[in-house]
Amino acid sequence: MNLRGLTTVLLKEAKENFRDRRAVFNSLLLGPILFPLMFIGIVWFTSSAEQERYEATLEIPVIGAENAPSLIRFLEQQGVSIEPPPEDPNALVLSQEKLVVVRIPDNFAENWERGEPAPVEVIADPSRQESQVTIRRVKALLAGYGQQIGMLRLQLRGIAPQLTSAILIRDVDLSTPKSRAILAMIFLPYVLMITAFTGGMHLAMDTTAGEKERRSLEPLLINPVARWQIMTGKLLTTMFFAMASLALTLVSFKLVLPLMPVGAFGIDLTITTAGLLKILLVIAPVAILAASLLTVLASFAKTYREAQSYSSLVVMIPLIPSMIFMINPVRPETWMMSIPLFSQNMLIGEIVRGESVPLSWYGLSFSSTLVIGLVLAVMAATLYNRPRLIFSNS
Amino acid sequence: MIVVRDLRKHFGEVKAVDGVSFEARDGEITGLLGPNGAGKTTTLRMLYSLLPPDSGEIRIDGLDPTQDAMEIKRTLGVVPDGRGLYNRLTARENIRYYGDLHGLSRGDITQRIDELVETLDMGDIIDRRTEGFSQGQQVKVAIARAMVHRPQTVLLDEPSNGLDVMSTRALREYIRSLKTGGHSVVLSTHIMQEVAALCDRIVIIAKGKVAADGTASELLERSGRDTLEDAFVELIGSEEGLLM
Repeated sequence: MNLRGLTTVLLKEAKENFRDRRAVFNSLLLGPILFPLMFIGIVWFTSSAEQERYEATLEIPVIGAENAPSLIRFLEQQGVSIEPPPEDPNALVLSQEKLVVVRIPDNFAENWERGEPAPVEVIADPSRQESQVTIRRVKALLAGYGQQIGMLRLQLRGIAPQLTSAILIRDVDLSTPKSRAILAMIFLPYVLMITAFTGGMHLAMDTTAGEKERRSLEPLLINPVARWQIMTGKLLTTMFFAMASLALTLVSFKLVLPLMPVGAFGIDLTITTAGLLKILLVIAPVAILAASLLTVLASFAKTYREAQSYSSLVVMIPLIPSMIFMINPVRPETWMMSIPLFSQNMLIGEIVRGESVPLSWYGLSFSSTLVIGLVLAVMAATLYNRPRLIFSNS
Repeated sequence: MIVVRDLRKHFGEVKAVDGVSFEARDGEITGLLGPNGAGKTTTLRMLYSLLPPDSGEIRIDGLDPTQDAMEIKRTLGVVPDGRGLYNRLTARENIRYYGDLHGLSRGDITQRIDELVETLDMGDIIDRRTEGFSQGQQVKVAIARAMVHRPQTVLLDEPSNGLDVMSTRALREYIRSLKTGGHSVVLSTHIMQEVAALCDRIVIIAKGKVAADGTASELLERSGRDTLEDAFVELIGSEEGLLM
């Protein structure tokens, strides 16, 4: 078969789009630079903010400090700065001027002496994310003091304090620094799915709806080249850009991840080159499916803008499996490997964890997604056999 | 040589082309004159096989577009109304793209582009990107692109749309040279001056039908008017949608 028409179209589309700043930016720069930067930025920011809250001096207003002078002394020894009692503690917390206010009721001393649990109130609004750490720290200090006194009381009565802990729980942690990586990289399958769609999106629209809008589709189809060859040439260029975008995104993650401040948490974020290629292979059929789906949709549109409105809906599709897994993680099973997008999500997760996966899973995931991708590709290749779709003005 | 017999194309209720017949001979320029929406573009689209006719017959050098689409596309050069150039490619790359699609050899394309640059006088623009080209420059590139494979039959849809006087003169000169070269040239237009200045045979199309068909003097005689313009208006029955 003579495929010169196909290769001619492919080379021309590639050349033309490499000259298009919008295409190069959307496909080759935006994803590969933006996603890793976004990720590293978020992790830096949250981890440094958390650390700050853990290390900052606790400045806690206390009401009724005179009711428990020894508790106050303990807190001060632990580095808490005790502030004078406010007039309206609830308003102070609700207005977020203070995250936590402690109140020691008048009956504290009475209960204490009688050996009954002495009440201490921690006034806070746990629905505020940022107050969580402070609440936890204050409660831990109070509980620590309570336990210390409790043990002393038992000892004074000649009872070994161990008697109160009947069971000793020991964690046997089988996770490895490598497998914990998925906790930090739960977003990676999701980012790659999105990239598979966005990487080729501009080209899918430019080579079909864009060509129609510029009125160059009609003269193009007057050339003696079979329509399926012209469309396949365009489709292959779109797939190439999507794959290039994916490859660049992965490489940029590989370069950026070692810079992450997670070593302290015992997480190994390195992706080996072999793992990288495996991920690329797993996601390749998604790029084919995405390019074909976007091309089919864009072929119905008369203008680039119209195509854009369809495509922005399509980009929501890869969100679905990622969302489901974030909310409701499931154990991978063989039959799940036949579902496009779901299977890639799971496989990439397993690869990042460093698990070994049955070869048949790769095969099933690859072939089932590829079949659907090819069906869509055939649709895209034959769509312009309908004259109604060729002309922009009829 | 083009022969069209009783060509019909309906889009739902709209009878875009409703029984058009004409001939376009080699070494002649045939003009399809009619107001916008008369069915000229639809007729041309059926000629270059992008639109299948509902009924009727088309033969281009003996070939039928519904049967031999690929062969017909090889013998046709088409300059469509929307020039449809690629902005991010240079004029040379635009022409080369079509040469490649026609399966010409590299050397052949290079040689052919040199010839066309000479004939169409586009030495100054050939290696510039077509973004921002004037209408005249765009038409030159569109023509060169359509002629790269040396087609025998040339179809031009509203070729002088948006051109200034100088560009129009140059265009007409080029179209006349095609005629001298023995090509069969068909141009569609709604500008009366254009057919009067260029065409050997005139096919007047209105509301999807052929209103009249013949040489300029035949049309004058049939209408009983003194000038061609009056004759056109008389034969179409209205001057709506036409330009002097």
